[in-house]
Amino acid sequence: MTPQEIAKNLSQSFPDTNFVEGAKLPVTNVTSGEPSIVVPAGKLKEILKVLKTDTRFSFDCLSSLTAVDRKESFEIVYHLFSYKQKHSVTIKVSLPRDENAHVETVEDLWATANWLEREVYDLFGIKFDGHSDLRRIMLPDDWVGHPLRKDYNEAEDYHGISTTRPSLIQ
Amino acid sequence: MSEIRTEEMLLNMGPQHPSTHGVIRFVVKTDGEVMSGAMPDVGYLHRSIEKIGEKATYNGFMPWTDRVDYLAAMNCNVAYAMAVEKLAGIEITKRAEYLRVIAMELNRIISHLLAVGSLGMDVGAYTPFVHGLREREKVNDLIEELCGQRLTYNYARIGGVIFDMTPNWDKKVLAFLDQFAPLLDEFNRLLSDNKILRGRLGGIGVISKDDAINYNLVGPNLRGSGVKWDLRKEMPYSVYPELDFNIPVGTGEAGKLGDCFDRYIVRVREMEESAKILRQCFKKIPKEGEALVKVPKKIRPPAGEVYIRTESTRGDLGVYLVSDGSDKPYRLKFRCGSFTAMSIVEKISPGMMVADLIAFIASLDVVAPEIDR
Amino acid sequence: MLTLKNQLPGNVVTTQVDKLLNWGRASSLWYMLFGLACCGIELMQTGGPRADLDRFGSVPRASPRQSDLMIVAGTLTYKMALRTKVLYDQMPEPKYVISMGSCANCGGLFQPAYSVVKGVDKIIPVDVYVPGCPPRPEALTEALLKIQEKMMREKFLVKAESRQVA
Repeated sequence: MTPQEIAKNLSQSFPDTNFVEGAKLPVTNVTSGEPSIVVPAGKLKEILKVLKTDTRFSFDCLSSLTAVDRKESFEIVYHLFSYKQKHSVTIKVSLPRDENAHVETVEDLWATANWLEREVYDLFGIKFDGHSDLRRIMLPDDWVGHPLRKDYNEAEDYHGISTTRPSLIQ
Repeated sequence: MSEIRTEEMLLNMGPQHPSTHGVIRFVVKTDGEVMSGAMPDVGYLHRSIEKIGEKATYNGFMPWTDRVDYLAAMNCNVAYAMAVEKLAGIEITKRAEYLRVIAMELNRIISHLLAVGSLGMDVGAYTPFVHGLREREKVNDLIEELCGQRLTYNYARIGGVIFDMTPNWDKKVLAFLDQFAPLLDEFNRLLSDNKILRGRLGGIGVISKDDAINYNLVGPNLRGSGVKWDLRKEMPYSVYPELDFNIPVGTGEAGKLGDCFDRYIVRVREMEESAKILRQCFKKIPKEGEALVKVPKKIRPPAGEVYIRTESTRGDLGVYLVSDGSDKPYRLKFRCGSFTAMSIVEKISPGMMVADLIAFIASLDVVAPEIDR
Repeated sequence: MLTLKNQLPGNVVTTQVDKLLNWGRASSLWYMLFGLACCGIELMQTGGPRADLDRFGSVPRASPRQSDLMIVAGTLTYKMALRTKVLYDQMPEPKYVISMGSCANCGGLFQPAYSVVKGVDKIIPVDVYVPGCPPRPEALTEALLKIQEKMMREKFLVKAESRQVA
């Protein structure tokens, strides 16, 4: 199924939800590459559950879960894939960009989301409600800040090791 | 007679360890020799490649893609180049496509040699590892003649590849493949048909089909559990539709379906298939065509996003690229097979012995920079 | 005054104790396997069949307690840096460090990164730096020979003070 057909079938199952097709970007309104489906954050878990269990879609694999820092909002991107029907879809959720950005976890639908969500928490600071073990995974436990945000400033030193090296070429 | 009091031990298989493939740490709870759980602790090689991707231009980012998975560097180069070419709408010549496939399949052979060699070393057979290193040296010479580097190649560019073949390079590669086939037989006699190896790996670390899909395992790990899935056949890209090869799948011949031996034997058989692909490529490569088409010095793809999947040696390498119209990427993410393979260790490890944990990690063929990027 | 030099038959060698000790130490440098990243693969290839490190007497050891050379091969991150110091402290004296590759020398290709230590000599003292990304096996062999030259020049024994018996 193409993403457009998936969006149409989804809007039949969820008649009162507003689906937006394609990603609108902050800089220009041009979209190229692949289309995606933007869903509201409140209905995310139900929609993903339908996408996994319904036999028309049967998305049994979560390929990738990542986040993008658009300067006014956070966007969480789910790439789903189906081994049975060999089609894929991209689902996006937009969250307001503040210190308390949070969304529901999908760990009980796909077990691989455990580590993927920990990575997003570590690098972006987005919390996942209901996650069994939300702690940092890539950076040391006492690191300050979330590096992949666009406004991240590097600290001067870490445990006494300075973070810069003077250049030998003057 | 009073009962002997037993306690659980909390051990640290630290980041520096001869058998973890790279810097990975495990916190292991054991009761004697039998484990009740092994929790992986990763992040010791987190080199922030994704953040550097937002600071470097599209053309200039290619050397960093080598370091995402240094044992399969050609695959990472080509995956990134394909993502940018799809977004920017650049078409490359057929000859460049064939050169890319030749480089990727050569890389697959040497990466699998290291994987099965170090698996043998981890369970105690030291010699086949050194045989594998000897073959790797021969292929390193061939690749050095092609692109100038032995390990981190930086070979693909946006628009093709940087160097064309030197004259008679194809004859040298075919000569190498001719003497590689009997060596693979010898390797099989030493390791694959070895009763001790089969006893050591058979029935250990069984991953069922449902677990493999639920935990998003890819590549030989997924094929070892019986799922016949290879992106080169199912969703082909580049010139793979014109090539003819088989997909080896695990069959449970040394124990249960989905055990360590299945994942090991899938890799050995994939080396033979890669040799087959290489011979076909040298017959079918077109004589005319440039290696690199003309692209602008500063590439500015239109704003949008793309998600490309390729079949790298460790499975499905996905590149998610978001562009905002400027000459630097806005967000670049690599989705690697080893990251999800590491997450299944915690589920499968209860009940295994410590020595079996080593064999299990070696059969998953994880490499540290793919986990941490 | 008799000198021993020209009086003894041909298969006896005279030398100084320092040189003998240093020759023994330099011909059996055991290195700790500390391959962190891509340079670790070139370290394995250097120990492999073609550029063989074993002919110099160097064998890889897994434990820091049994090694006297630490080849830091690869990128050092902040998370790993604290453990590197612990491992260096666990090695017995006399110990030497080779910093292999650009990442260990100065941060290398990953200087713009936020989580990479810009050079391993911010944490431990380094004897020989090997440039390259990754360095060829011949370059690493040359580094080992330079460490051997350095060891041959060292004076290790000190004179004990003569004691006054009261």
